[in-house]
Amino acid sequence: MSQRPLVRVEGLSKNFGALKAVDGVSFEIKEGEVFGFLGPNGAGKTTTISMLTTLLKPSGGQAEIAGLDIHRHPNEVRRVVGVVPQEYTADEDLTGLQNIVLCADLYGIPRSNSKPHAMELLKLVELQDAANRKVSTYSGGMRRRLELASGLINYPKLLFLDEPTLGLDVQTRTAVWSYIKMLKEEYKMTLFLTTHYLEEADSLCDRIAIVDHGRIVKIGSPDELKASIGGDVLVVGVAEAEPDISEDIKKIPLVREVKKNGHEYRIKSEAGEESSIKVIDLIRSKGLHVTKISLTKPTLDEAYLEFTGRSIREEESNKMDAFKQRVTMMRARR
Amino acid sequence: MAEDVPARSTVTTQEQAIEEEQKEREMERSFRAAPTLNKSPLHGLWALTNRDLVKWYKNPIQLIISLVQPVVWLGLFGLAFNIGKIFTSLPGVTPAEASVLNLGTFGTSSYFSYLAAGMLAFIILFTAAFSGMSVVWDRRFGFMNKALSTPVGRGAIVVAKISQSTVRSLIQAAIVLVIAVVLGSVGGVQMDTSYFSVLTIGGSFVLLFLMSFGLSSLFVMLALRSSDWQTQMAIINLLNLPLLFASNAMLPVAMMPSWLQSVVKYNPVSYAVDGVRQMLLGSGSASAAAAGYHVLAPLWVDFSVLAGFAAVLSALGIVLSWRLLSN
Repeated sequence: MSQRPLVRVEGLSKNFGALKAVDGVSFEIKEGEVFGFLGPNGAGKTTTISMLTTLLKPSGGQAEIAGLDIHRHPNEVRRVVGVVPQEYTADEDLTGLQNIVLCADLYGIPRSNSKPHAMELLKLVELQDAANRKVSTYSGGMRRRLELASGLINYPKLLFLDEPTLGLDVQTRTAVWSYIKMLKEEYKMTLFLTTHYLEEADSLCDRIAIVDHGRIVKIGSPDELKASIGGDVLVVGVAEAEPDISEDIKKIPLVREVKKNGHEYRIKSEAGEESSIKVIDLIRSKGLHVTKISLTKPTLDEAYLEFTGRSIREEESNKMDAFKQRVTMMRARR
Repeated sequence: MAEDVPARSTVTTQEQAIEEEQKEREMERSFRAAPTLNKSPLHGLWALTNRDLVKWYKNPIQLIISLVQPVVWLGLFGLAFNIGKIFTSLPGVTPAEASVLNLGTFGTSSYFSYLAAGMLAFIILFTAAFSGMSVVWDRRFGFMNKALSTPVGRGAIVVAKISQSTVRSLIQAAIVLVIAVVLGSVGGVQMDTSYFSVLTIGGSFVLLFLMSFGLSSLFVMLALRSSDWQTQMAIINLLNLPLLFASNAMLPVAMMPSWLQSVVKYNPVSYAVDGVRQMLLGSGSASAAAAGYHVLAPLWVDFSVLAGFAAVLSALGIVLSWRLLSN
């Protein structure tokens, strides 16, 4: 495996009039990595994907996929990436198999290869029994799986997944997750996915970029992001309100912050389990009595809210996007 | 019991090994080396054209509905309101004189035959007009984005839309022609088939092909940027009826006011209809000319005008597709 990153993005931006949908994002994706774009609605996730898949021309910046410049070699880039877009793009009047073979035709893959390969991919997403049924009879989950299969038809080096579980029920969402994990673990595929589901990013991604207002506000592994908001929270109740031993607790290694509140100490630590033992030992050595103890691990939710703020986003939307969104949701719920 | 444990674990490892091997083999199959790709700029053209055609012939109701209108026109205007009857009902006009009047006015034996040629152009025009709608639908339902994210030529996407509409319209025109012949014999006004031959029918369809290709290019082009079917419908209505009525499809040009006559001369539909009448109905014959019928233009001019029309508009459509399809 080469050390050169598969994707290199530098200062990529896109303006729609005065609106800066994507405002100078830079990141790299290594081969075999699952990279996630996590952000609220309207953060610029889909716009970034559209630019990297050559559907939108960037207003500024550069991007390279597998050493190919997206601006100078759009057709070569299209050949090495697969796209699973947010909306359902399959033709309802054709069968699942016909849809994938059509897709292969558009890549110029000869039928002798694309037909057996399409069947294999349908098997991969467990649609082989529905291969010859019209897509209009598919459920939302089946459509999503079909999109996944057709995104793989051109043997992509990098697969883009835009909100892969949007509007799906829990069962289908879990199934889609397992396919994504399979692609990563068994096929060593490099994946770029966008999501606004935190648990999705947490369980699937090796690295996450939290995006907001078209900018990357934080980038790192899920654990790093959680750690960056200050670590575990240890709450210890003591029978005696006095004396105050905060200063002594602070001296314990890995403890970062101590707040006393009546009978309670609220302690932030980089490693909660280790610190808790030492805190209890310290309290007892002072002749005091521990009444209760609780340890809370930070979640990605907290990290996310910390970096993106709590205000709810009013997504700007035009008529066409609103329609597409409705159609997608409508089909997903079947 | 204690002895069983290692045995069982051996079985498990064996099973695991087999399973792993199977998985590996499957992986190799699924992700075998990518094939050599067809990189010609026109690859995918047939696949895209065929997609629309399959959707069309799998849904015969659409075909039947599209045929209703020209057939109703033929029945209503060609048979029921046959304006050619005016000549036979005039007092003191012999049947021989009436047929000369018919020939001089319509270039053929009856208004029904005259109108039938016009209806071929009618069905082509209306099918071509709706070719843009499928572009709008593809944009709306995301298929266009899917296609654009593949290396398929942007020009191929446009040419496929034009081709599918052309193929459909020509098949429909052939059906209309058959219906006209049958309807004429049932309705008592014979369609004049005396000039029918492989050459005249083939020639007529070449002319109709050119007209269809040109008009489809026009309407696809107008839809390239559009994702809104209301606007597209408005465009269709805006262009369709003027193109139809400001042509020689329904009525002889000689009956029109002079200002309309000059408009007719700039309408490509007129040249298609004129050429088809000359070939299929013999309206360019010496006898028709002697009876007083004027063709719009010599046959070679009809062909040249439409060939130019189709070439210019399709070229324009392909050039615009590079700019307008991607954002």
